[in-house]
Amino acid sequence: MAGDTLLRVKDLQLFFRTTKGIVRAVDGVDFELGRNRAVVIVGESGCGKTSMAKAILRLLPKNVDTYSGKIYLNDLDTMTLKNEEYRLKMRWVKMSMVPQAAMNSLNPVMKVGDQVAEPAIIHNDMSKDVAMEQAKTMFQHVGVPADFLERYAFELSGGMRQRVAIAMSLVSLPELIVLDEPTSALDVLTQANIFNVLKRIKQELGMSFILITHDVATSSELADDVAVMYAGQIVETGDAHRFFAGPLHPYSIKLMNSVPRLRARQEPDFIVGQPPSLLNPPTGCRFAARCPSRYDACDEEPPTVNIEGRTVKCWLHVK
Amino acid sequence: MKKLFSNFKQYPSAIFGLFLILFLIGLSIYVVITIPYQEAIQIWRGGDDTRLEVPRTARPIYTNWFRSQNLPTTIVIDSEDPDSGIEKTVTQITDEMWDIQMVLPFDFPYDDFPQEMQLLLTTTYEDKAPFVTLTWYFPDGERIKIADVTAGRRETVRFDLQDRLTRQLDGVRPTVGLLSIPESDPPEAWQGRYELHVDTIVFEEGSDVEAKFISYGQVHGIAGTDHRRRDLSLALLWGAPIALAFGLTAALGTTFTTMFIAAIGVWFGGVVDEIIQRITEVYMVLPFLPILIMVGIFYSRSIWVLLVVVIALSIFGAAIKNYRAIFLQIKESAYIEAARSYGAGNWRIIVRYLVPRIIPILIPGLIGAIPGYVFLEASLALLGLGDPILPTWGKIINDAQMNGALYRGQYYWVLQPAAMLMITGLGFAMIGFALDRIFNPKLREV
Repeated sequence: MAGDTLLRVKDLQLFFRTTKGIVRAVDGVDFELGRNRAVVIVGESGCGKTSMAKAILRLLPKNVDTYSGKIYLNDLDTMTLKNEEYRLKMRWVKMSMVPQAAMNSLNPVMKVGDQVAEPAIIHNDMSKDVAMEQAKTMFQHVGVPADFLERYAFELSGGMRQRVAIAMSLVSLPELIVLDEPTSALDVLTQANIFNVLKRIKQELGMSFILITHDVATSSELADDVAVMYAGQIVETGDAHRFFAGPLHPYSIKLMNSVPRLRARQEPDFIVGQPPSLLNPPTGCRFAARCPSRYDACDEEPPTVNIEGRTVKCWLHVK
Repeated sequence: MKKLFSNFKQYPSAIFGLFLILFLIGLSIYVVITIPYQEAIQIWRGGDDTRLEVPRTARPIYTNWFRSQNLPTTIVIDSEDPDSGIEKTVTQITDEMWDIQMVLPFDFPYDDFPQEMQLLLTTTYEDKAPFVTLTWYFPDGERIKIADVTAGRRETVRFDLQDRLTRQLDGVRPTVGLLSIPESDPPEAWQGRYELHVDTIVFEEGSDVEAKFISYGQVHGIAGTDHRRRDLSLALLWGAPIALAFGLTAALGTTFTTMFIAAIGVWFGGVVDEIIQRITEVYMVLPFLPILIMVGIFYSRSIWVLLVVVIALSIFGAAIKNYRAIFLQIKESAYIEAARSYGAGNWRIIVRYLVPRIIPILIPGLIGAIPGYVFLEASLALLGLGDPILPTWGKIINDAQMNGALYRGQYYWVLQPAAMLMITGLGFAMIGFALDRIFNPKLREV
């Protein structure tokens, strides 16, 4: 991994308490993110991607059972901060987030300009006028005309709202932005537009991204690194080019094969079965039940193997 | 705001309601400026003797417009008033006797008889009180002696109490007999110019007499008077600012505090919500009106104490449950979570994100609650728990009821304050309905 490390996550665990039992949504996640790099986290629905994002920003629901591990941002252990301290010093100051369904995350009774200025007013102690100026600049960055500042959310199209949500995450100039499925529910053209916007921001403002998506194809545009998540764990990480050229983990291979290709005469593949329940995950490799290359060793928890800067959690690669 | 008004214009009823409310507000401002609070209280609370020239329970003047028969207004003729043109003729009879003659003339153009007639004599003397003879001249010049009086310094001669006069008039009450056509049965008013001759004999040099004749009419002022000779127009006018102030404060006080408590409970959840909900449930079983009545009987009947009690009893009212249901829904919206994620504090979220969403639902309810509280005050006043000092609409109705106004056909006494109450209710209700339709798209006419 090139450059210095911005974010290091070590053995992150986030368990929820439900009436049926403990849901192990994030179960021992490790990964690193360099400065001015973008990591794409891919995986099926319900594999804990969003929970991980929320765990990183400490946006926890009420029914948290376990929240442990280490999150280092610039070598500062954020887990030691108290909630109020965390709110004031981390959220939107160092890290911000574009939530899932960001289009709906705008206050319907506030003008979008005011809305975008809000984080700057809250965190950077800006006066309203200065914050509005800042919001205007951010609108330029994301390609929204400045006169949209005076509009309400319902007067904007889905793509515009998404841009506004991104502008909102930018306004306090954080070092890290977590984008939770920023382009789901948008048409392909708008998706491409948004990714171009994100690319430009990354170059111009030098921010790092954690991009959560299940759209492997589109996200390859932006990705420097890729992390594949399965059943609450990260099963493979690595440099994007090498990952797309040849994924290592059987799950990653299946996942890549499920993406339809334009020129190859290949039917998209699919994975038989369903991801395991996180209520009571199987011992051993969690993918074993659906894995075509499964063998005896898979009944044991696989180790994380480091292969030329890439990591993979699979017995097949243990030498 | 502009949009709201243009929406508003689509509802003629709302325009009418707004007109009524503006009228009431304008009236209130006018009243408070022209008759300041202290002055109003003084007029309302002052003793009966400050209003001696005002008849009791007289109907409003406008009743004459709707009747074929003209009811008499009050006639006052005062010898001290320079405009009355009354001249005193003084003749010396002996060394120690002077005769002062006055003629008090008046026109009587009415079809019915006054309530009562009396003469107020004010005399100045050292030891010997003057002797006054009163003679009544009919329009045709006939005359009749009313009374011989030894007048003290302030002497009131009530015509109806003169027994000799009554006998002379064949048992007819003098107020009627003196103004009716002779031998008419039933008595018929005799319109024309009457004269009251006041013939005084004084026994001291420098002794003098002044006379004031009052014929109490059956109609007085634009709103009539009550049993204590008070002009009801004062209470009707002053009732408006009091009613509006009471209704508005109570409605604002209860709705907004209730909403904020609900918002706080929902947002912080857990123990806070639990406590608020339990308190609400306790409050919901407390009987509202009986508690107000008890406070009125045992503690204070001041309208402002009442206001505080009303607000205190409503803060944790059932409305909390309604607001809570809506807030719980809003709380889960994506934009609230987004606000939390970008670090908006608890209070900022409550004030800027939760509360604005509920305002559209709240406003129509708020407008609708205002007349509710105005009526509540009137009901308590009717039950005799009204403010003892302030003139309010409810208090007038209470007075009317205590004095059997409806049995005596004094409908004006009840109907006028009732009409004011109805105007208030109607105005706010009409605006409330329109606002409800504007803010609640489901009710909007297609």
